[in-house]
Amino acid sequence: MIKVAGLTKRFGTFTAVDEISFDVDAGEIFAFLGPNGAGKTTTIKMLTTLLAPTSGQLEIDGLDPRSHAMEVRKRFGIVFQDPSLDSELTAEENMELHGIFYHVPRKLRLERTEQLLRLFELWDRRKGRVKVFSGGMRRRLEIARGLLHTPKILFLDEPTLGLDPQTRNQLWTHVKNLNESEGVTVFLTTHYMDEAERVAQRIAVIDHGKIVAQDSPEGLKRSTNTNSLEGAFLSLTGSTIREEAANSTDQMRQFAKMWSSKR
Amino acid sequence: MSAIYILWLRELRRYVRSRAQIVASLGQPLMYLIALGFGLGPVFQKAGQGSYVQFVAPGVISMTVLFSSIFSGMGLLWDRQFGFLKETLVAPVPRIQIMLGRTLGAATVAVLQGLLVGVVCLIAGFRPVNSGAMPAALVFMALIACVFSALGTAIGSVLQNMQGLQLIMNFLVMPIFFLSGALFPLNNLPKLFSLVTSLDPLTYGVDGMRTTLIGVSHFGPALDLAVLSVVAAALLCLGSYLFSKIEA
Repeated sequence: MIKVAGLTKRFGTFTAVDEISFDVDAGEIFAFLGPNGAGKTTTIKMLTTLLAPTSGQLEIDGLDPRSHAMEVRKRFGIVFQDPSLDSELTAEENMELHGIFYHVPRKLRLERTEQLLRLFELWDRRKGRVKVFSGGMRRRLEIARGLLHTPKILFLDEPTLGLDPQTRNQLWTHVKNLNESEGVTVFLTTHYMDEAERVAQRIAVIDHGKIVAQDSPEGLKRSTNTNSLEGAFLSLTGSTIREEAANSTDQMRQFAKMWSSKR
Repeated sequence: MSAIYILWLRELRRYVRSRAQIVASLGQPLMYLIALGFGLGPVFQKAGQGSYVQFVAPGVISMTVLFSSIFSGMGLLWDRQFGFLKETLVAPVPRIQIMLGRTLGAATVAVLQGLLVGVVCLIAGFRPVNSGAMPAALVFMALIACVFSALGTAIGSVLQNMQGLQLIMNFLVMPIFFLSGALFPLNNLPKLFSLVTSLDPLTYGVDGMRTTLIGVSHFGPALDLAVLSVVAAALLCLGSYLFSKIEA
């Protein structure tokens, strides 16, 4: 379903993603693990047509995102790592926008909106504006929105960041259900090793833009001689803490936060 | 098509909900109308040009449409910041539709804001000479709004963060306003200055507004209409092109 060969992305002299190759089969749940700044999000951006690769081969459901962006976009759903809701609109209106973007017929859209908002316990707050929602509620809404259309491939970029165990459980149960009942291929990144171990059939570990290992959770543990995925991860990527430079978007967010709390 | 509509509707919803902002944005036009309208009134009258409030009101309405549309267009910058932009960029909707929906929404908001200031002008004592020409004034307002919301979208597409905002404000938006003849008549200006004003697209918008509202024209409505339409079309093309190049 996803084919990547020799994929590279350079920003100036910095190589964010360095000649990575992997395949994800249809109906598989594939986890992409790596420390901060390893190149996970950059890879997802290239797979989802948001960023043009510097070089390498890339295929989503047999299509190249560079030449068939629109066709590729129809095939996937994505939950971003950072917020992407319109906070001036209500929960319901955010769902409506998404449904219309993805050409979900009106009746089906309303049905699924109700079903998903109930599942993530947002139905009572559907008329509430997103800007008054808590961090967890926003996260849940992002996830509900990503599931509104039924994509062939679901990209989840650290979807459980800042969620309580109940919601995390709810999310992964739902993702597994989708995967089993509708055969949705799932490509996820996370920092929680237990989640990766619980849902993923195969795991790739990326560090400094390179894939350092690629196997089933069991295989990773075996090859590194460790008894937990966390141990395997640490033995593959070392235990130094990575620093990520704040980019201009982060600075702007900071600025906006400062500004909005004044009012 | 429905994507254009829902993005247009989004701009309207956001506008209607930001009541504090609506009221706040009335402040500046009011200041110009009252401080300049009544402050410069006697001098203007002595120069034999009639009532300054009458003269400046179409300019103040045009100014409102200019500011409102250019900043709504640049709302793109905020969407980039709060992340909503990504949601639209990965959607299976052609970029041109996204750009059009946003830009038309921004233009509509600007026209509404212009109408609001128009009402304020009426309360302050402004009297259009020909009330039958009101729909024609609306056409000019809409054209000004299209020109500058497209410009705002174009700027928002290339600007990465807020640091550039002050620059745009001081070296683009303010000159467009001050050089447009919104505050002064275009007759008998120094040659070079006159040339500069004639390069400003807002000049034709203000002239069109003045023609329809108080019956005073410098270029003639046909030229105003032609220039505004051509510039609007060109900026829409430029905006769509730049918008299509955005990488998140």
